[in-house]
Amino acid sequence: MTPPPAPVDDFDLHGYVDHQLPPARREEVATYLAANPEAAARVADYQSQNQALGAAFEGVLAEPVPPAMLTRRRPWLGAITRIAAALALLFTGGTAGWLAHDSLLAPSAIERTVAEPAAYAHRAFAGEFRHPVEIWGDNEPHLVTWLSSRLGMPVRPPDLNQAGYWLVGGRLLPARGGAAAQFMYQDDKGGRITLYVRTGIIGNSESRFQFFDQQGVRLVYWVDGPVGYALTGPVDREHLLHAAQLAYGQTKR
Amino acid sequence: MDDIAQQISEQIPHLRRYARALARDRTRADDLVQDCLERAWSRLHLWQPGSNLKAWLFTILHNLHANQVRKLKRALDNVPLSESHLSASTPATQMQQLEVKGITDALQRLSEEQRAVVLLVGLEEMSYQEAAKVLDVPIGTVMSRLHRGRERVRQLLADQGQPVLRRVK
Repeated sequence: MTPPPAPVDDFDLHGYVDHQLPPARREEVATYLAANPEAAARVADYQSQNQALGAAFEGVLAEPVPPAMLTRRRPWLGAITRIAAALALLFTGGTAGWLAHDSLLAPSAIERTVAEPAAYAHRAFAGEFRHPVEIWGDNEPHLVTWLSSRLGMPVRPPDLNQAGYWLVGGRLLPARGGAAAQFMYQDDKGGRITLYVRTGIIGNSESRFQFFDQQGVRLVYWVDGPVGYALTGPVDREHLLHAAQLAYGQTKR
Repeated sequence: MDDIAQQISEQIPHLRRYARALARDRTRADDLVQDCLERAWSRLHLWQPGSNLKAWLFTILHNLHANQVRKLKRALDNVPLSESHLSASTPATQMQQLEVKGITDALQRLSEEQRAVVLLVGLEEMSYQEAAKVLDVPIGTVMSRLHRGRERVRQLLADQGQPVLRRVK
């Protein structure tokens, strides 16, 4: 007499769905499913999830691979480019100095030098009631003159009225190898977004929006020549992108 | 060496697909893959020939992603979210797209840990063992995350009153 099969548990059901059971066990589970409609329904749902995932992302597999991904970068070449860029900065009298060497190569560097500090700065000041800014928006000419002189290039807050935001003001922020600026905006309900501006970025002349949206964290950031921008706030994607487009249109070099 | 270059490039479409599903945003996803490849090339000496190259590449990609999420999330953790603001304007077009977005939306509402397992197993068709290797967790953890993740997706899709997409074979 053969012993009765081991009871079927949740993990067996997943193993069945994912074709990861040994053949003998697979058969036992199949027999079990035939007699248990509730379990069979769950298995069918799990299978549908896999199919839906496949359908949702199958297009990506067919996309042509960007050429940049196929070329192997040589570390020493990267180092030489970095040094050259740093030297160029020195000779052109750039105020940003050594910022160069961590913002040159990998896109993740942009996250480190623009997106991440922008997120921290937003966290520090957006909830501030009495002192959200150093210089209020009603003194905009002074704000512009001061920040431009500290950042070493003309920096002015874009007008985001069309997106429903008015300027609260701005402040100077410390940044590795230099300084950065934060402009704060507010809507009629008191919702705040901040625009972080960082100068002295090298090696990324491309201007494209990158959107970060994961579990309530939302920011759009982009690089325009030597300037990096990040717009941060707890607003929906379309809203944030709209404001970012306005900012981009007015700051574009 | 060319052989390894060939093997790596064969994985690029899969890395891109996984990154797209993780990050949702196309640019960010491709940047992740680019970072992953650069890191893989610079650390190729750490890869043991004959071992699972796919799992190794996915591990790098996954860690890059997890680091970014952790940092940015930490940075924004204490920002008070005004709820009224969040729900203030959802354009009508978005409602229309909801049906197509059912599974991807449900995916975004999983925890990072559950999402990774659901994607590695359900989309990339990795074995539980491979997934455990990529995520550097015991296989039992993979199984329980997989179970909780799939149950959550089931529940989310049921709440939307939307049948999961079924394909006629």
